[in-house]
Amino acid sequence: MSDLSHYTVNFGPQHPSAHGVLRLILELKGEVITDVDTHIGLLHRATEKLAETKPFNHSIGYMDRLDYVSMMCNEHAYVMAIEQLLGVNPPKRAQYIRVMFDEMTRILNHLMWLGAHAMDLGAVSVFLYCFQAREDLMDCYEAVSGARMHATYYRPGGVYRDLPNSMPNYEPNRWRTEKEIEILNENRQGSLLDFIENFIKSFPSKIDEYENLLTDNRIWKQRTVDIGIVSPSLARKLGFSGPMLRGSGINWDLRKDQPYAVYNELDFDVPLGSKGDCYDRYLIRIEEMRQSTRIIAQCITWLRANPGPVMTNNKKVAPPKRIKMKDDMEALIHHFKLFTEGYIIPPGETYAAVEHPKGEFGIYLVSDGSNKPYRLKIRPAGFTHLQALGELSKGLMIADLVTILSSIDVVFGDIDR
Amino acid sequence: MKNLLRILKTNLPKGCQFNTEHNQITVIVPSQSIIECCKILKKHAELKFDILIDLCGVDYLSYGVGEWDTVSTTATGYSRATNNKPDESKWPLPRLAVVYHLLSTHLNHRVRVKAFIESDPPEIESICSIYKHANWYEREAYDLFGIIFNNHPDLRRILTDYGFKGFPFRKDFPISGHVEVRYDEAEKRCIYEPTSIDPRVTVPKVVRDDNRYLKGKENE
Repeated sequence: MSDLSHYTVNFGPQHPSAHGVLRLILELKGEVITDVDTHIGLLHRATEKLAETKPFNHSIGYMDRLDYVSMMCNEHAYVMAIEQLLGVNPPKRAQYIRVMFDEMTRILNHLMWLGAHAMDLGAVSVFLYCFQAREDLMDCYEAVSGARMHATYYRPGGVYRDLPNSMPNYEPNRWRTEKEIEILNENRQGSLLDFIENFIKSFPSKIDEYENLLTDNRIWKQRTVDIGIVSPSLARKLGFSGPMLRGSGINWDLRKDQPYAVYNELDFDVPLGSKGDCYDRYLIRIEEMRQSTRIIAQCITWLRANPGPVMTNNKKVAPPKRIKMKDDMEALIHHFKLFTEGYIIPPGETYAAVEHPKGEFGIYLVSDGSNKPYRLKIRPAGFTHLQALGELSKGLMIADLVTILSSIDVVFGDIDR
Repeated sequence: MKNLLRILKTNLPKGCQFNTEHNQITVIVPSQSIIECCKILKKHAELKFDILIDLCGVDYLSYGVGEWDTVSTTATGYSRATNNKPDESKWPLPRLAVVYHLLSTHLNHRVRVKAFIESDPPEIESICSIYKHANWYEREAYDLFGIIFNNHPDLRRILTDYGFKGFPFRKDFPISGHVEVRYDEAEKRCIYEPTSIDPRVTVPKVVRDDNRYLKGKENE
């Protein structure tokens, strides 16, 4: 065999740790990476162009399909941009519901990330633990919107409907005994809020379980500590946001610094890292899950005490109640107009950003006074982070590249759009 | 925000226009002075915009042009949304623009910078030397809009297919594209051929002057 010292290796696009469809061309010297050329766009669906051909409300569902593990946070930025241009204020109850679901989405995202990250590093069982907890949250999505993932629940002016008073139950079937069904349905007897409350009571102990498996695990620490170190100045230079920025110790969280919805009324802490390595980013995401349960608990208390409308009463934006359309001509006209033409947004442009589980997710919306967006630009968090992959992994081994890649938390739905 | 606007007005070079729609500051800068402006925005002690949040292209070719005439409906009849070629654009400024969104994590403020590009082919100076992470964003704007960023370290296409032709996000590029791909049994390979579907408008674009919003404008 010839004595090769320099290799060019193709990584992906169909590779389990490429998190979807990432293709990397790696230049290696032995096993050490000397250069990374990242090829993205294999999942490009031209969401922004598609949105230009549809009325505003039709594209809410596309937002779910961007970062498909944090669906409702994407919707939130989009409806916020529309609301800013329309000058519509959603009722407070709707904002609390949004915040509650945003935080549930954050837990969903971090659980998916934790499972995948651990699996990339060889710990398969964490993945199964995480998916068990995700199941309950997906049930909440389903209870409120009818879909387990792509909810399309937020609307400009509020949310589609109020929280349901009952949770769907498991029905008897021939694969489970009645006793098993009974156990499964045990926490589904009350309303959705009861179910969520039950979940957040038990969830912190589940986080402890994940931490038992990983936090002090010797192999886990060997794989993540001091890998992919990002200093605060480097993090700014690379344009990071979200947990990637906080991992380097920079105190920046849009929920605190530029609060939207009702985050300024809620009490929570923002965890910060000290070193900026993969292990710090792991600890931060774990702590963020704990903080999310705190926020959800406060939302539940508020929502219990304050019933009310969940949709604006601006009839040019919110569809009328079906029952009203039976004998109200105005309602019928509004309904017809809204579902054929949609609503008109006055000319202008805006940028709305939310603290997405992965970082800053923004929507830049330009309207020319018509019923469709003139230009919609989605600012995904992962795009900037993935760009830095080459810089972070130069001089490290291929195995470390996998660690860094998954600690960035990439999902190609929003990077490629 | 007023304070930030004042600082921007005193420090940015002449020829910049300012606008504060929706409580967000937009600065329209001449495309030749983008580098100069970005340097000031990043370095100035009272501005300190350290992170480029977003960079994108915008094509104003059909701005304000509807697919359905709502003023003289009876004259054009009901075949309105099918085969009508959109009217000529009434957009007075250059067709393509690059929009930058900047954020300062030090001082907690944002600004939007917009540069219209007059030249043909569209060219603008790359800001990679100032904001390193502009790299991919500029590649994306080049890929989708054909805006050429001078002195960019590596200006390749990023999102579209290998060997893709055209600039898909320009308004004159059809939503269904120009080519489709399929596997050819006889030739045993994937082949590209012209698209077999016609672009179709399901909900026509309607531009209306909504009286409610006109009222708001008078007040301003």
